[in-house]
Amino acid sequence: MNMHATPPQAAVPTPALEVKDLRTQFFTDEGVVRAVDGVSFTVGAGETLGIVGESGSGKSITALSLMRLLEEPSRIVGGEVRFQGRDMLRATPEELRNLRGDRLAMVFQDPMTSLNPVLKIARQLVETMVVHGRYTPQQAAKRAVSLLGRMGVSAPERAIDSYPHQFSGGMRQRVMLAVGMSNEPALLIADEPTTALDVTIQAQILELLRELNRDFGTAIVLISHDLGVIARVCTRTIVMYGGEVVEEGPTDQLLADPRHPYTWALINAVPRIDEATSGDRRLTTIEGQPPDPLNQPTGCRFAPRCPFRIAKCDEHPELEDVLPGRKARCWVTQSGQKLELRTRVAVSAAPQAPVAKETPATTEAPVLQVRGLVKRFALPKRGFFDAPRFVHAVDHVDFDVRPGETVGLVGESGCGKSTLARTIIRIHQPDAGEILFDGHDLAKASPRDIRPLRRRIQMVFQDPYASLNPRMSVADILGEPIRFHRLTTSEAETRERIGELLNTVGLGPKAAQRYPHEFSGGQRQRISIARALAVKPDFIVADEPISALDVNIQAQIINLMLDLQDRFGLTYLFIAHDLAVVRHISDRIVVLYLGKVMEIAPAANIFDRPLHPYTRYLISAVPIPDAVVERGRSHVQLSGEPPSAVNPPSGCRFRTRCPIAKPVCAETPPPVTQYAPDHFAACHFAGQLS
Amino acid sequence: MTVVLDHQPTALVIARVPTAAERWRKRYGLAAFGAGIVLIWILIAIAAPLLTPYKPDFVDVANRLQPPSWAHWLGTDALGRDVLTRLLFGARVSLTTAFVVVVLGAAFGTLVGGIAAFARGRVEGIIMRLNDLVLCFPPIILALAIAAALGIGALNTMIAMLVVWWPKFARLAHSLVLVQRSQEYVEAATVMGFGPGRILLRHIIPNSVGPLIVLVTLDLGNAIMTFAGLSFLGLGVVPPTPEWGSMVAEGRELVQQWWVATFPGLAILTVVLGFNFLGDGVRDWLDPKARMR
Repeated sequence: MNMHATPPQAAVPTPALEVKDLRTQFFTDEGVVRAVDGVSFTVGAGETLGIVGESGSGKSITALSLMRLLEEPSRIVGGEVRFQGRDMLRATPEELRNLRGDRLAMVFQDPMTSLNPVLKIARQLVETMVVHGRYTPQQAAKRAVSLLGRMGVSAPERAIDSYPHQFSGGMRQRVMLAVGMSNEPALLIADEPTTALDVTIQAQILELLRELNRDFGTAIVLISHDLGVIARVCTRTIVMYGGEVVEEGPTDQLLADPRHPYTWALINAVPRIDEATSGDRRLTTIEGQPPDPLNQPTGCRFAPRCPFRIAKCDEHPELEDVLPGRKARCWVTQSGQKLELRTRVAVSAAPQAPVAKETPATTEAPVLQVRGLVKRFALPKRGFFDAPRFVHAVDHVDFDVRPGETVGLVGESGCGKSTLARTIIRIHQPDAGEILFDGHDLAKASPRDIRPLRRRIQMVFQDPYASLNPRMSVADILGEPIRFHRLTTSEAETRERIGELLNTVGLGPKAAQRYPHEFSGGQRQRISIARALAVKPDFIVADEPISALDVNIQAQIINLMLDLQDRFGLTYLFIAHDLAVVRHISDRIVVLYLGKVMEIAPAANIFDRPLHPYTRYLISAVPIPDAVVERGRSHVQLSGEPPSAVNPPSGCRFRTRCPIAKPVCAETPPPVTQYAPDHFAACHFAGQLS
Repeated sequence: MTVVLDHQPTALVIARVPTAAERWRKRYGLAAFGAGIVLIWILIAIAAPLLTPYKPDFVDVANRLQPPSWAHWLGTDALGRDVLTRLLFGARVSLTTAFVVVVLGAAFGTLVGGIAAFARGRVEGIIMRLNDLVLCFPPIILALAIAAALGIGALNTMIAMLVVWWPKFARLAHSLVLVQRSQEYVEAATVMGFGPGRILLRHIIPNSVGPLIVLVTLDLGNAIMTFAGLSFLGLGVVPPTPEWGSMVAEGRELVQQWWVATFPGLAILTVVLGFNFLGDGVRDWLDPKARMR
């Protein structure tokens, strides 16, 4: 095989996209960042290719380079990109304009900002079609309606006359896909198209992508950090690290038998929803951070973090064949060595798996009891004489948390999980109900009464970039609460305590003098945890503490939190939208929908025996990073979107999306009923969805 | 393995990457120039008595309205006073009043606007409506009216300017604090049990100062102009205190003796320009998004 040959002749169909040795660099004040450093791959006509990697691996810059959408200070400095045989890098701006949105389309991550907010959907769709001269305005208008219908937008005739802000994120992503598909492109590049969406909506969009590929023969390049997402859509996958392709192969083989340690680490770092948590909940992680892009290691870029490292790794490896159809950039696996994955215990194989970690005895008195908690937010009145309207964010929620356990709180965005957490911790003032913390009712306590209790309940926040005061050094961030609560008697003791805290969360003492912006997301989250620990709490509310992090860093933070729980006997209320993670680390799980509890179940039971139809849908929507399992799964898909919390449905809130809803569901709200020890559900027909 | 290209993608490879020094000059060159002008004027204000043999209020009627010469570089005015000397001493008045008005106005406005945004509810309503009330008058007219009511004098003029100066800072601080108060680090501070005063002063305001500092820098030139304007209209300083605005006023009808009004006018021009360049530079430095140009 001659790799240097020009595109093959007529006998073989021209691939949709050929990338050879692409190099894109950023010319920054600090130096040259080699963001994409010699990337080569091919996408056949009608093929689906996944690109995986953590943030900074160069996957998005690769996509932007393909579209020639780079902005200063980044430039393509070498390589070749051929789209259907045409040289993209030498195309004139006009040729590029003709290709983009016509034969070559792209869908971005953030559906909130990729539509023009002041133009109606119709105009944006029609414009794309008319500009490329494929349709007359009349034809385009007709086609726009049918396209929206094809993308699963309900009532497309009405939707077309709406503005983007009238749609939810999932709906906007459908519109974006409609825009992308409007000229039947040969290639669709989707850059993290579902990352900003809920799992149930993500499942719908991924299904749609598969259908588009099947029905229109559109080749798809799907960029994601989530192996599960890739497994659901793509037949072939490349893995990027430090601006290079480190592994390439068919998705099912790559996931079952990774041949690069980085792929191995990615697969191991994510808990899977279909496996039981056996004994140790700690995840296999690789240490350290992604390489400094200004200062890539001269040898194998992954070597500093690689658990399989050998002496030869000081030399830079090339991407070479390791198996038929498989390539890897690794000295270790080039001799055919396999990398053993963590052994998985299938859930069904271990029903009623005795959880090795002693589950706190059921008889123990709860440390936190939430009873009938209500939190509403007033909306601006529409008119002076209108009745005030409210968002019913949390509506009569009851649950308990026992000392030393982890309770997971899951639900789609807008279900009220963050509001519930913030109300429990009294950032919000509850409208009704009780929050009994160790005998004190936090719901009615005055700010003065709460202050001493603040020390015992702490919170870890979602956004590591917003939760630390950027103007304070780490020493001040950790020292302020210590001094405020007079936990130390002298300055020297405070400093010692700060050093101890940094050590506890795995940061060196030097970190104290630095400022938050000098740290990566994962390190910031460690600082955030250290701050919570500074006042020696016994209860920690963690609001999506890992959602903003890369999978490996997620695993590191989960392991840290598990360690801290063992060391200090902490109790966690852990909020996340990632059901697999929650199930992995929690003892019990509370499922919320539109401000109401749907189901409360022990974590071990929830995958096996979900009682509430909503829980079943949530579980089914979670993609599993195993192409074989993923294909064999029956995906029960939840249609539609959550209704508004301003006018929630009568009776059972879930009934509008529930396939087994009966008239009684509209009349009587189902009570939260106990079905087994520790297992509650609020459904008239619990467990009846087959 | 190298890939042999059948062509060189020359169109993509840039001719030359600008050096760090060139980028710095492009980004901050004008700001450094502005800072230089401002610095020179500040030094002049401090060292004024050392730079000239004359006294600013020394009247020499025999030598009135002399054109620029070696003895009087910028000529003399209607009372035979040396224009250059009065110009140098005038810098003291202009710069001091501008600094005092802007710094006090900014401090008061920030605090009041910050409290309004942090407290919300009725406090916010009262403060911000009062703010609107002041802002709905043209500032120079309102300052003129207040200064006239209080009487002529530098102090009274400064008080009048302060009254019209704080609302723009209050409004800016209000919007900045509104953004910050919903940030997670503020929630974290609440969860720690910190009181509202501590959260506002230690956490929120330090994170809001960037745009306020930009406004202060840009506004210094503005304050110099307003004060000179009020003096020009006869309200600012009590004669014979040297002040640029009143010097321009004195030269207003002396068309033949152009030097009496021109040089103080140029002084105002340079210092205001200097502050504006500096302010733009500070904005670019604090707000990387504006740097793109």
